[in-house]
Amino acid sequence: MQKKSIDLWVGIFVTMGLAALFFLALKVGNLLNFKEQKNGYELMANFENIGNLKPRAPVKSAGVVVGRVESIKLDPKTYEAVVRIHLENSFQFSRDTIASIYTSGLLGEQFVGLDAGGDTEMLKDEDFIKKANSAIQIEKLISQFMFSKAQDAPAAPTPTPTPTPTSKLAAPGVKP
Amino acid sequence: MNGVLNWLESLGAMTRHGITRVGFSTRFFFGILRASGTTFARPRLLAKEVYNAGVLSLIIVLMSGLFIGMVLALQGYETLVRFGSTEAMGVLVSLTLVRELGPVVAGLLFASRAGSAMTAEIGLMKTTEQLAAMDVMAIDPLARVVAPRFWAGVISLPLLAALFSTMGVYGGYIVAVRLIGVDGGAFWGQMQAAVDWRFDVLNGVIKSVVFAFAVSLIAVFEGYDATPTAEGVSAATTRTVVTSALAILALDLVLTVFMFRGGVN
Repeated sequence: MQKKSIDLWVGIFVTMGLAALFFLALKVGNLLNFKEQKNGYELMANFENIGNLKPRAPVKSAGVVVGRVESIKLDPKTYEAVVRIHLENSFQFSRDTIASIYTSGLLGEQFVGLDAGGDTEMLKDEDFIKKANSAIQIEKLISQFMFSKAQDAPAAPTPTPTPTPTSKLAAPGVKP
Repeated sequence: MNGVLNWLESLGAMTRHGITRVGFSTRFFFGILRASGTTFARPRLLAKEVYNAGVLSLIIVLMSGLFIGMVLALQGYETLVRFGSTEAMGVLVSLTLVRELGPVVAGLLFASRAGSAMTAEIGLMKTTEQLAAMDVMAIDPLARVVAPRFWAGVISLPLLAALFSTMGVYGGYIVAVRLIGVDGGAFWGQMQAAVDWRFDVLNGVIKSVVFAFAVSLIAVFEGYDATPTAEGVSAATTRTVVTSALAILALDLVLTVFMFRGGVN
């Protein structure tokens, strides 16, 4: 009797533990989606700047997740980032698709957005996406905005902000 | 002059003693592995020890998991609400639990709840010469007493860690979705998008298995090596808890460096 109840409790414990492992893998870790992604195809795109894009970031089209970023490397000849993305077979994109790097929210993570074009031919495995827009860097935007403001302002007695000589964005013609 | 010499002598003796213990524990570990065949041939014995180590630790592990998940959600909300991204609470709670807190806290609780009991039991058996009596009767105490407890610990801790993480995720869900009012779909959806079953879940399980081996070995070794007096058993029990906690945290650092490499892939 005593031994039976111990067996029962051990059985309950082991079953619960295994159920928890399955819960973690399936519900939290989403194992099922991972399997689906296994059969797919890969595309590559060259970006001038990838910003904060990380491997395993989502690839979205019209906001729907269609794949993941597989790897990011630097091309040693052109100094451009080569981003390899993995897409599911059910999503086919035309040859004139544009890839861009967007940010979800103001501080959210970055993802690759695909905007399909009108070409009837589709991209195949290991193809390069021709048109790729780099990530928008907030610092560049802000400095561009500042300098265009400084240009627009009429000659005022207060000194205009002096552009740093090293900055490429210093608009030509603006003299301190 | 004499004092310095004495001090040097005791330092040398301590070093020698420590290194000898390391050697003995290694030999002891292989002794357990050799005696394990008998353990798995008698699953009843193993089941009884799994009951003692695992089932009796269930309540404390489940309750702690629930509370820690709730605290994580409350603290996460405080920070995330400033950036307007409270939907990321699911990610925060689940990643913290699955990668770190699940294996580590479950290991610490297991060491203090079950590990100390194992040490005290084996130490007392040694003190009352039960182990010596078994030897006389040609029963290998390693096979009859030590190995079942060791393997029970190795089996129990990963399961307890998984249960801990699961309860924690549910605790976080209760606080985030039911009490604070974060959208439930976003909570689960963002969690599933961010948690990778191999990179996060499997690495957490590997961690808990490593901790299980370490804690179980420390617990049975300290019991077996205890000085056979009441004082010795008490000191051995204390050493089990202290050494296990240090071993878990040090191993966690090493494993985290290897598994996650500071986010560099």
